[in-house]
Amino acid sequence: MSEFLKIIDLTARAEEKELLHQVSLEIQEGETHVLLGPNGAGKSTLGYTIMGSPEYEVTGGKIYFQGDDITEEGADKRAKRGIFLSFQNPIEIPGITVSNFLRTALEQLTGERIKLFDFKKRLKNVMDTLQMDQSYADRDLNVGFSGGEKKKAEILQLLMLNPRLAILDETDSGLDVDAVKTVSKGIEEFQKKQGGSLLIITHNAKILEALKVDKTHVLVDGRIVAEGGPELVEDVGQNGFEKYLDKESY
Amino acid sequence: MKEKTQVQDINREFYDFRYKEDDADRFEAGITPEIIREISEEKGDPQWMREFRLKALEIYHRTPMAANWGPSIEGLDVDKIVTYIRSKTRMEQDWEKVPEDVKNTFERLGIPQAERESLAGVGAQYDSELVYHNLRQEVAQSGVVYTDLESAMHDERYADMIREHFMKLVPPTDHKFAALHGAVWSGGSFVYVPKGVKLEIPLQSYFRLNAKGAGQFEHTLIIVEEDAYLHFIEGCSAPKYYEASLHAGCVELYVGKNSTLRYSTIENWSKNMYNLNTKRAIVEEGGKIEWVSGSFGSHVSYLYPMSILNGRGARSEFTGITFAGEGQNLDTGAKIVHNAPDTSSYMNTKSICKSGGISTFRSSILVKESAVGSKSSVSCESLMLDSLSRSDTIPAMDVRTKQADIGHEAKIGRISDEAVFYLTSRGLSEEEAKALIVGGFADNVSKELPMEYAMEMNNLIKLEMMGTIG
Ligand SMILES: Nc1ncnc2c1ncn2[C@@H]1O[C@H](COP(=O)(O)OP(=O)(O)O)[C@@H](O)[C@H]1O
Ligand SMILES: [Mg+2]
Repeated sequence: MSEFLKIIDLTARAEEKELLHQVSLEIQEGETHVLLGPNGAGKSTLGYTIMGSPEYEVTGGKIYFQGDDITEEGADKRAKRGIFLSFQNPIEIPGITVSNFLRTALEQLTGERIKLFDFKKRLKNVMDTLQMDQSYADRDLNVGFSGGEKKKAEILQLLMLNPRLAILDETDSGLDVDAVKTVSKGIEEFQKKQGGSLLIITHNAKILEALKVDKTHVLVDGRIVAEGGPELVEDVGQNGFEKYLDKESY
Repeated sequence: MKEKTQVQDINREFYDFRYKEDDADRFEAGITPEIIREISEEKGDPQWMREFRLKALEIYHRTPMAANWGPSIEGLDVDKIVTYIRSKTRMEQDWEKVPEDVKNTFERLGIPQAERESLAGVGAQYDSELVYHNLRQEVAQSGVVYTDLESAMHDERYADMIREHFMKLVPPTDHKFAALHGAVWSGGSFVYVPKGVKLEIPLQSYFRLNAKGAGQFEHTLIIVEEDAYLHFIEGCSAPKYYEASLHAGCVELYVGKNSTLRYSTIENWSKNMYNLNTKRAIVEEGGKIEWVSGSFGSHVSYLYPMSILNGRGARSEFTGITFAGEGQNLDTGAKIVHNAPDTSSYMNTKSICKSGGISTFRSSILVKESAVGSKSSVSCESLMLDSLSRSDTIPAMDVRTKQADIGHEAKIGRISDEAVFYLTSRGLSEEEAKALIVGGFADNVSKELPMEYAMEMNNLIKLEMMGTIG
């Protein structure tokens, strides 16, 4: 019954510019929500702010996770609570392999040493699910990965780190049809097998096909302008954001 | 009893001297021909070496300090150095006197107590003979000589060879500390690789650290004959602490025709050290010197390994990293002399500075008239972890032929906030995230090191990074 993610009147800015205006959003445990909005609406900003990026300053409102106020908490603490962000543009980190990074992160998250054998086995399984070549495990994190490979690597991290809430920021953008299918399978696994909650930022209904969507939010110019069920995704898919933009401009 | 008196004598001489002389000369104080003779006596130096040391001392006395070069070394405690030189072969240091931060680092690197004491120069109880012995057998079978320089001097098989090469590349006239080194050197390694021998396993001076008095004025002499290969690894990540805060070692490398010598160094001097080290290689036709260098610690460092490309097609590759933290001023670089046609040099260095640390990188390229068709490429990148720290790049080029291809590139950067956020969003603390990014920055060096050394270096970076954040 206790609340899972609850955002109340969140206002945030970067470089003196207010980017989010009194955004409120609630996700219950196990739910899958979709966040839609035109380019530049503030979707990534919202994702970053929920994750705790120091780039954005929260000037009003609160973020609660499982009943705790996390508005001021650092990203590493939020990660330990089980929040995960799949980046729209994953960062290249030379000097650490995917495999070593995942092991380090897992040990940080759980505070426990992880047996190499078990870890390797699990990594191999997940990589198979995502149709990733095993050789990627020994490559430096995201370094020289194509756009699609980076996105897959994000989902690999998602499945390995097993958070409670995952925010996926345009994970499907820039993927070919087959890759969207594979990634979508990974997300489904997270949703169904791991019982994870999701906030999916996307422009593409394809990735949602196999997923049960509970709720949809539309963000325009840093404001939530509409909310509804899965049908809203279809509506926006057909009609675009025009009517919301109009609503904005009077 | 006797030892104590000697120390007191030295002190008195030193002060007497200072009263009489200008303060600028304080360096000469106390190091007398008598002391040098005593060193020779204790070591049983052959006659030529006795003369060599005395000659070097003379040069030392008449060579002025290099003026206006790099960071100041005014803080160097001559008193302690004199004491050290005078008594080092018998001196027993006291573990209690080793500073806490050095002890803590040993602790955090997980080095056993016995070994810690040995590394701190306190005792020689740590018995690495067994490991060393096995290594030695394998090496001996290949015909390679790997021994300490002092005993090699007495071995008639090598005596002439050593005499012919010792301080010929780095003569005592080179600079004041080279002269001091020539007079008081002690410990170090001698390696001889015969023609055609390609040694698979790297030789590691780590196993030699127990030698009495080694580490402070040690001399490394490596001679690689034609068509041979050697990888030599100097040092380790454990901080080396000496009460006398000067390290003035000397490394001389002779690389024969079509041979390759890879010389890797990981050093981590305690933060009171003045590391004034001289390293030089001469490379004959078709040969190659590969320097891999990780410099950590020390209060002040002057370190500019030099490669003389002396035969057609000789090559030099230099890969290095320095880390300057709080209170450190590291003046490092590399020098290349292109002295023959078609020679090439490649330099790729990184420097990291943090908490007010200063890092200066000097590259010096000399291309002689004869070096037509030569190539040189220098790239240095620095990473400043805060606005207190400073990083400079000073390239110097003297190109005397038009037919040479010379390139230089320098970059200064900061840690990307986005990368830190990415890593913290996966549960790493800000400290860990930064350490990881810095480790990645240092990748050019760690990739070149054998695995266990690369890991040691990464640990070191982590420790340095943990220092002051938060
Ligand atoms: N760090 C920042 N500093 C200033 N402006 C920013 C910053 N991050 C994003 N913005 C601006 O905020 C708006 C929303 O950006 P973003 O959240 O990336 O949109 P979306 O993900 O919906 O396309 C854009 O106008 C963008 O230029
Ligand atoms: Mg976006």
